Amino acid sequence: MYEYMPHISLPDQVPGIRSLALFRPDTAAHLYGLAQVLLRGPSPLSIAERELMAAFVSYRNQCTFCMSSHAAAARYLYQDEAGTVDLALYDYLHAPISDKLKALLTIAGRVQTDARTVSAEDVALARMYGADDRDIHDTVLIAATFCLFNRYVDGLATLTPPAGDPAYAVMGERMGTLGYVPPQPT
Amino acid sequence: MYLLNPPDTMAYINLPTQLPGIRGLMAFRPTIAAPLNGLAEALLRTDEGISKGERELIGTLVSALNGCVFCQSVHGAVAQYYFKNQPDLIAQVKADYHTAPIPDKLKALLEIAEKVQQGGKHVTEQHIQAARVHGASDLEIHDTVLIAAAFCMFNRYVDGLGTFTPTDSAFFQERGRKIAEETGYAGSDPHQ
Repeated sequence: MYEYMPHISLPDQVPGIRSLALFRPDTAAHLYGLAQVLLRGPSPLSIAERELMAAFVSYRNQCTFCMSSHAAAARYLYQDEAGTVDLALYDYLHAPISDKLKALLTIAGRVQTDARTVSAEDVALARMYGADDRDIHDTVLIAATFCLFNRYVDGLATLTPPAGDPAYAVMGERMGTLGYVPPQPT
Repeated sequence: MYLLNPPDTMAYINLPTQLPGIRGLMAFRPTIAAPLNGLAEALLRTDEGISKGERELIGTLVSALNGCVFCQSVHGAVAQYYFKNQPDLIAQVKADYHTAPIPDKLKALLEIAEKVQQGGKHVTEQHIQAARVHGASDLEIHDTVLIAAAFCMFNRYVDGLGTFTPTDSAFFQERGRKIAEETGYAGSDPHQ
């Protein structure tokens, strides 16, 4: 049993976004649909890279729930190279990831701070390392989308297990295998 | 530091012809447009608790705080359509919603939206209590937070890809009328 006090009345002991999905299933259907297309649908970015981006933006927004769950999903998907995720979260420019992904994470970081600060130079650098229109589009929209999810989850003070809680590894495996399926009322 | 993208520059990716703002993005990625339009329709096209006009005002304020000219212009025009008798209302809310001629409940909800724009953790129990004192329900507080969060996404999507923003106010007035009267969001075709 976790102790917490959400800002509105939500199903008890259901964490983060899942409690909100049960509170308002009609908006959740679209939010989960967006996450599924964006993070699991066709993209030049791997699913592991997209989960890493989600965790990166959530970390910068200091959203413990989204950061911990998407980092866990990324670790699950990176398999033998799970350690890459934590290295990239804390110092992506020196992490063992491609130059293209580094340039895209720079763009994601700018979107998180203030999207107007994305510059033609940032985009040109990503293109120099092989990013195409879809890489750039998906990066910007993943970063923007997590600026939504992070604010939604924290703005209503939903249940957030503490960082490092074993619940996150379970969530990460579920996200890594099943993708984004809205929870059903029990 | 906070430069606006000049309207005559190219977007950062190759978008279909001269479609402005989010419309070019929706034409670029129709499979993404479906859940985005569905979300906007569910959140903005209902009068449950908060009216359609008030929901548009929340989206307009958040877009203004994020400095997104395209979104604040479109949604400001939709809001203006619903508040026909208050031609200065949008400007008043953007300038200082605390002194704008709107109900106290809406002021308290706009304060929550303003905090969400800064970051989810900026919303405190005090802000929630202030809204409840003026009669706000769980659903109204929920929808306010999600509308504000959703505009933090839409604004970043539009500006992060350097999309084209028209400078002609007649364009936005017509968009606002069309969304309110005819298409809504779910029925919106980016090419028309």
